[in-house]
Amino acid sequence: MKTDVVVIGGGIAGLEASTALHNLGHHVILIEKKDILGGHVALWDKLFPNNKNASSIIHYLKDHLPQNLTILLSTEITNISKRNNSFFIETNFHQTIETKSVLVATGYDVFNAHLKEEYGYGIYDNVITSAELEEMFKNNKPILTKQGKEPSRIGFVHCVGSRDRKINNLYCSKVCCVTAVKQAIEIRQKLPFSETYCFYMDLRMYGLNFEELYNESQEKYGVTFIRGRLSEASETIDGKIIIKVEDTLLGRPLKMTMDMLVLMVGMVPSAGTSFLINKLDLLSNNGHFIASSDEHLLANYTNVNGVFVAGTASSPKSIDDTFADARSAVLAIHQYLTSQKM
Amino acid sequence: MKSFQYLKKIDRTIDYDNNDRALFYYLMRVEPTVALCIACGACTATCSAGNFSTLDLHKIMLSIRRGEKVYIAKEITQCVLCGKCQLVCPKNVNTRGVILQIMSFLQSSQL
Amino acid sequence: MKFDWFVLPFSIGLIFLVVYLIIQYYLWLNKLSASQLKSFYRIFFSKKIFLVIGEIFSEALLHIRIFKTNILLGFMHSSFALGWFLLIVTGAIETQLFASKPINHLYEPIFFKYFNTHVPTDKLHKIFTFLMDLWLLYVLSGIFLAIVKRFYSRILGIKKTTKLFWTDQVALYSLWLIFPLRLLAESSSTAIFHHGSFLTNTLGSYLEQHIHLSKASYALWWAYSVDLFIFFVILPFSRYMHIPTEIVLIALRRAGLKTEKKINSISQFEIHSCSSCGICIDNCQLQIVSNRNNMIPAYLFQKERHKKVLKRDLYDCLMCGRCETSCPVRINILNIKLARRNEKLTKRKDAFHYLQQLPIETKNTEVAYFAGCMSHLTPSIIRSMLKIFEKFQISYEFIDKDGTVCCGRPLMLAGKYDDAQKLIEKNIQIILASNANILITSCPICYKVFNDEYRLPITVMHHSQWLAQLFHNRKIDIKKSTTKISAVYHDPCDLGRGSHIFDEPRMLLQQFVNLSETSPYKKENSLCCGGSLGNFYANENDRVKIARHAYYQLVHEESCLITSCPLCKKTFQKVAEKPVFDIAEIVNQYML
Repeated sequence: MKTDVVVIGGGIAGLEASTALHNLGHHVILIEKKDILGGHVALWDKLFPNNKNASSIIHYLKDHLPQNLTILLSTEITNISKRNNSFFIETNFHQTIETKSVLVATGYDVFNAHLKEEYGYGIYDNVITSAELEEMFKNNKPILTKQGKEPSRIGFVHCVGSRDRKINNLYCSKVCCVTAVKQAIEIRQKLPFSETYCFYMDLRMYGLNFEELYNESQEKYGVTFIRGRLSEASETIDGKIIIKVEDTLLGRPLKMTMDMLVLMVGMVPSAGTSFLINKLDLLSNNGHFIASSDEHLLANYTNVNGVFVAGTASSPKSIDDTFADARSAVLAIHQYLTSQKM
Repeated sequence: MKSFQYLKKIDRTIDYDNNDRALFYYLMRVEPTVALCIACGACTATCSAGNFSTLDLHKIMLSIRRGEKVYIAKEITQCVLCGKCQLVCPKNVNTRGVILQIMSFLQSSQL
Repeated sequence: MKFDWFVLPFSIGLIFLVVYLIIQYYLWLNKLSASQLKSFYRIFFSKKIFLVIGEIFSEALLHIRIFKTNILLGFMHSSFALGWFLLIVTGAIETQLFASKPINHLYEPIFFKYFNTHVPTDKLHKIFTFLMDLWLLYVLSGIFLAIVKRFYSRILGIKKTTKLFWTDQVALYSLWLIFPLRLLAESSSTAIFHHGSFLTNTLGSYLEQHIHLSKASYALWWAYSVDLFIFFVILPFSRYMHIPTEIVLIALRRAGLKTEKKINSISQFEIHSCSSCGICIDNCQLQIVSNRNNMIPAYLFQKERHKKVLKRDLYDCLMCGRCETSCPVRINILNIKLARRNEKLTKRKDAFHYLQQLPIETKNTEVAYFAGCMSHLTPSIIRSMLKIFEKFQISYEFIDKDGTVCCGRPLMLAGKYDDAQKLIEKNIQIILASNANILITSCPICYKVFNDEYRLPITVMHHSQWLAQLFHNRKIDIKKSTTKISAVYHDPCDLGRGSHIFDEPRMLLQQFVNLSETSPYKKENSLCCGGSLGNFYANENDRVKIARHAYYQLVHEESCLITSCPLCKKTFQKVAEKPVFDIAEIVNQYML
């Protein structure tokens, strides 16, 4: 198979870019390793900050996919190499695709919370990740502890796997703060008699309407924010979690018993991103994501000519930022392909 | 006029202009990780001595920068150097090194 | 009487050295307590004196422990020590037997070939002449290796050789010169009188063809004597002080004396017994990753001898004990470092008034479980232990459930012995109030201090020992269905080298996993994970480098790492590709 551009990753960045590139007249092949499209967004229930259904975004993207776009589902790349300005991609179906350019939209994985052992993920029954909570929302599962009770006190721990030199992730994952606020509100909506607490180092409410959501969570839903990083958690006999933090604004240690603890896991480069960094000799930045040639001017270009990057493969991004990034990548690839044709 | 005791100014201001920040400059030279602290409080939460005493490492870290030497000298004696703070610090501050340097600085300055 | 002016430098030098040593050793020994002195003197009138003589022969002369590290290095050290010793002894006997007039002066054996000019005729004398040449060749071969070591140390099995202080350098070069000068001086005389053997005769007749020997010979004897003078006078101020001092140290050690909590004159003997051989350099992991040298014993003791030790030299050390295990002189390096730390930080005593307010609850249990501070950051260990207690229906009291008083070892590692004592006293009260028969801890750091300092009337066990005992009593059954994972066991410093618990964890693990024992870094030779509470200067970068280096030395391909220390577990987790387990987790996971 021969093509102009191969888009690796069928998340929102990949879908948006494939459609736009196709509409600009380029031949596009979209490769996705899972059997469904939509990436992480497809796993979300409601989106911050305006409570929009995540599925509506995926539906929109799918509805606008061109009829004759080649989409290879359940397809994994086994090898990729560059020869004479062309890339040769081998897949698990033993296809070989020759392409003039590659768009890496391989996204992120959620941080493996086992690595912060002191928080007790995988050890205590009622410590879950934000991704798992979102999945409960998405599938309309009742919010229950492992013991089958409705939790009356739920804690959200910010910055798990982000801004942490101990695990060599120095970066901020950007979306966890506002996700915690969103999820705390949802918990309060579903369980009106529960208490929700957020334990944060800094609250980064940078986006449009984020601050409003934060205000609403306090004003309307009574979410309590405690500035202090969780140091350790222990478990009681009946499966509750005792957490130790410092209430740094009061300057006193604080102990609290939780029915459920939600770890706001950050973003780490996905396995696919790391694989491509290796295979294509891409430069990576501090967080091990793919490094842009220039973070201001050439955000979608990489150190390898013909390889472009979009979405969270280059750094943690919100959905809005990912869309903007995907569109800017389309323009970069369009310029690259047109200059090659001439 | 003697009955107006309450009018006497109780000064709780951190007198930044006049505080002696020699300890901070000393630490910046011998243990520069001291500057990485963002006062998240994980150290205080996990502190072995903090369970029973007023020891609060993040306040000490802030006081170092503000030059509040008397507070530091009073509080630091409660530390048992167990090192848990170092294991939980998200910024990799070499906390035991900082505390040891504070102790030896105070020892040599006879405070 | 045979005399020439050139014997004076040598004689003066030797007399100076002997007088200096007598005064110095007297001053040091004088500072020992009466009981210490008594046990020292008693050595000379007991059977132990044979052990002392044996060890002097095997270590001060033969250097067997260095041979075990590297054969060439051992040969180099032994050629100097044993070779020179044989030269002296054989020379002294030769002088007694064959000197033309039987008056044995101090210097006569040394300059024998100058004063005794007749050609050996009888067989015995010929043998002696031959032996003297042979021993000289033996020493010269050592000098050749020493020179090679200075420039290409890897040939002698060490990556880095010691950098020297100026007195050490003067002593070194004068030592290197002694034997070539002796060879030349003797050869020049032999060329004239033909009273040498294979080496001196051959070289003598060769030299005769090229140089006007009758004049050069006299100058060479002068040079030889002056060089000896330089070496003897500089010796007490250089690393070669180890030659006489190690002999006294061997006797002191056999008398059961060593540096404990305070620097005393025994420490002085230990410090001056360091030959700066440099074996510790390669064994220091911090040196490997950071290229810093100041904490290495060879350099630290160099600075000690010249009173130039800085705070950083003492506190920038992992206290893992690898140097102490590798030290061929068996110096108590860790105790000396700790005692010095103690001196640095004693002026200011810490209060810990809050300890008095802590309530002590009396309980009635079988087992007191003290997880240790660090275990609270690795809850999988605590949880596994509690599950095992519950499964075997052991009545236990979880002493530090909500965090308790620190065991005191971290303070001791900072040199704050007096402060640590306050924590220890409080903990003893808490432990005894549980009325338990056994104290079990999950932390090797706590375990070491419980054993060394607490003097508890109850059994103290690390959980790996207790689990091994439980298994031994046939109480634990293993899940049959599961396939065994392959694993490597890492000995934590304070449990392995520090407390000599090597076999119980292994015995236990062999039942549960396929334990690979191929790594050379096991038991006494185990590596430090880098998490160490002993070091106050290493930053996270150094620590991660040490952990990574250690991890990849231990773990290959399919195996995972098992340890028995929360701090090791936590440190290795940062660099490990596969999960790192504690021995308690393995038992909990695979028991029926």
